Amino acid sequence: MNEHETLGERLAQQGISRRAFLKFCTAMASLMALPPGSVTAIAEALVKAKRPSVIWLSFQECTGCTESLTRSHTPTLENMIFDMISLDYHHTLQAASGYGAEKSREDTMRDFYGKYLLVVDGSIPLNDGGVYSTIAGRTNLDLLQEAAKGAAAIIAVGTCAAFGGIPNAKPNPTGAVAVTDIIKDKPIVNISGCPPIPAVITGVLAHYLTFGFLPELDDLGRPKSFYGETIHDRCYRRPFYDQGKFAKSFDDEGARNGWCLFELGCKGPTTHNVCATTKWNGGTSFPIESGHGCLGCSEPHFWDAGSFYSALSMSSSPLKLATDAVVAGAAVGVAVSIANRLKKSAAKSAHQTATIADLEK
Amino acid sequence: MNSPGNNLKDIPILAQTEEACSVGNIRALLTEITARLEKLVINGETGMIDLNSLPLAPGEYELLRLTLGQGEVSARIEAIGPSEIIETRYPGVWWVTHYNVEGDIVADMIEITHIPEILMSQPADFSEGLELLKAQLNEGQS
Repeated sequence: MNEHETLGERLAQQGISRRAFLKFCTAMASLMALPPGSVTAIAEALVKAKRPSVIWLSFQECTGCTESLTRSHTPTLENMIFDMISLDYHHTLQAASGYGAEKSREDTMRDFYGKYLLVVDGSIPLNDGGVYSTIAGRTNLDLLQEAAKGAAAIIAVGTCAAFGGIPNAKPNPTGAVAVTDIIKDKPIVNISGCPPIPAVITGVLAHYLTFGFLPELDDLGRPKSFYGETIHDRCYRRPFYDQGKFAKSFDDEGARNGWCLFELGCKGPTTHNVCATTKWNGGTSFPIESGHGCLGCSEPHFWDAGSFYSALSMSSSPLKLATDAVVAGAAVGVAVSIANRLKKSAAKSAHQTATIADLEK
Repeated sequence: MNSPGNNLKDIPILAQTEEACSVGNIRALLTEITARLEKLVINGETGMIDLNSLPLAPGEYELLRLTLGQGEVSARIEAIGPSEIIETRYPGVWWVTHYNVEGDIVADMIEITHIPEILMSQPADFSEGLELLKAQLNEGQS
């Protein structure tokens, strides 16, 4: 089978102008937290990128991750993501069914061996021979191991695929585990969240296409550009934390003034994600902006980490408050906090005409 | 039920103070914009600030809009949804907002430059335009 066409050829066929594509790349650079000056370099690389085949396997999951991506706030831009890849197998989205559907998976594995991307959402049950979740009579474990063999890289979408998620919560009757518990010999990127932010899924795909490899990962296998900072680091309520202004209940004066929700159980200080800046529902808001603390859904074992409403320092949960977060928060004044933020934004937006080689550094 | 606390009138309504509109980010941002505009003046170095990456408090975005205001130029692009480009009342400081077809913001930038790149015709586009125009001419001859 021939290689897929390049993204540029595909877009040209659809009559999408270069200016429109530049706009798309601006949104992508913003998503990937790359310097805004790198837009031209991203555009040049993406337009030449060959569209990779993608096999998407859904295991023990609720389809929330797929809903998050397909019902995201930027349908047209997300459509361009579907132009960026050739989605050859996806239970929920494909038109084919039965033997035809399974054949397209087998064809892709054979024709693009070593080249296709494997996306997995949902955890994999191991108890009792894996019988708790099967597709076409085969266990999730069997399907995963088979598809992983020829994959160039694996993207574990959602907290279930990344860390076991809710199926893995105590007492874990099905013996649910994460992709990384089974596959050890492939590059795997974890895009955790319940569900993950659609823009993050898009951003990782765009990164892979732009650079040809996965983005830099943290110690839990998550892309640093999205999970490098905590919700607390980027929260607009952070100055209130620094000033010691806390809401004590959901309807007190502090809550009405929009003060910090730390004492109401907000898991922002130990949760790594970009909700505070990328936000949800078309950039409308995120949980803290709506007056509720962060649940920590992008961290391992968030479901078993004690009450959502216990303050972190009082909790004996696996999500221990990092000591440095407490010390830093207590020690620095608001002036320092603003100065740091300014420094951060200055660093981020430092304008340079970057090349792809520069970005890979 | 008219017992105290159950009446709509009992819910206190407080006017938001100006102080509550900003937690300090706007001053920080204006300082950065000033520094970048200085660079543009001195050596022509352009700059960009990605507003989507900044944790602005509710009301701060609007406050920034008000502070920067609107200058002489405003332009609109229709490309996979509208884009709005305005020069603020500080020449050289542009506000570029990209929307998708549903009207949600997908990228929001402050650009400190002579003219934002997105406004310029792109070489790939005008090459194609040239071909189309030639074809149009040839069609007229036949």
